[in-house]
Amino acid sequence: MTPHRLTEIWVYLSASPLLHLSLTVVAYLIADWLYQRAGRHPLLHPVLISIVVLVSALTATGTEYSTYFEGAQFVHFLLGPATVALAVPLYFNFSKLRQLWLPLTAGLLCGALTAALSAVAIAWLLHASPQTLLALAPKSVTAPVAMAITEKLGGPPSLSAILVVSTGILGAVIGPALLDLIRVKDPATRGFAIGTASHGIGTARAFQESEEAGAFSGLAMGLNALASSILLPPLLRGLGLAA
Amino acid sequence: MLRTLAVLLGFQLAGEFLTQLLGLPIPGPVIGMALLFASMSVLPALASALRDTATELLQHLSLLFVPAGVGVMLHVHRVADEWVAIVTALVGSAVLTIVLTAFAIRMCARWWTARQPR
Repeated sequence: MTPHRLTEIWVYLSASPLLHLSLTVVAYLIADWLYQRAGRHPLLHPVLISIVVLVSALTATGTEYSTYFEGAQFVHFLLGPATVALAVPLYFNFSKLRQLWLPLTAGLLCGALTAALSAVAIAWLLHASPQTLLALAPKSVTAPVAMAITEKLGGPPSLSAILVVSTGILGAVIGPALLDLIRVKDPATRGFAIGTASHGIGTARAFQESEEAGAFSGLAMGLNALASSILLPPLLRGLGLAA
Repeated sequence: MLRTLAVLLGFQLAGEFLTQLLGLPIPGPVIGMALLFASMSVLPALASALRDTATELLQHLSLLFVPAGVGVMLHVHRVADEWVAIVTALVGSAVLTIVLTAFAIRMCARWWTARQPR
């Protein structure tokens, strides 16, 4: 095979969704394998490693994000059905949910407001730009919803997506240790706190602790999406950050 | 597996439809989740049928965030300029949110159980 022929194949493949779709799945599988082999070391979180590997590969080959996303959108799309699927573990943990509904509502309101207000306040004190503040506000909400909220308020949705992913990784990494430190042992409370702060990535981590923690984390993620879509737009307008 | 996927997509579609129809601020998939939950409460057989595939899908939830995360490429300059504010805000807010949420649940649960007749 001549180098010329190889270049032709590369040009063909790099324009088809297949290449970037496969690359995304394979990068994640390798990152996850590494994570398991390293005893789930927090800094080797598979989402983080996958992003680093993929961004390096795209930068090295001069590939645009929009080209990459044409392939990766098939994975991204599954966020919707996965959100719907969260109803399943919730259903199987319903008896505990019914028993705890009031404390969980208190936790939800406290968590949703703390997540948005503390992030905006800290960034504002450190002179972040108004666009960054808008992208930061919904960072604890699951990606598709956070992007919708930011867009509605006139902020940059793709920046929100990254902050959402970073928050998710952060919550998954520090959440369990932090909850151990403040001696919270109840799996429902642990899951709910992690899910409120760090949505689906936190929920994936909570499922590793137990099915119960995962179910409550998924519940928190769903409820936070609900609460934040209602609370954040008027709140940010009230603070004068959004038009 | 195919049936579960059809059910999940169906509920997502129903959720999107309601969101658009009623102009709700809540995203379609979240409404879909609520609708599926209500349906399983009425029809428990649906829950058992979905359980295995749904659990499998949720085990790989992290993967689904990778494409959005790679979007960091688009914001290299902003992140480079404001990284101190962004990192401090993310870390501070994550710690505060997890701790305060857990405390709120614990305090409210104690008050709630103390108040109930034994």
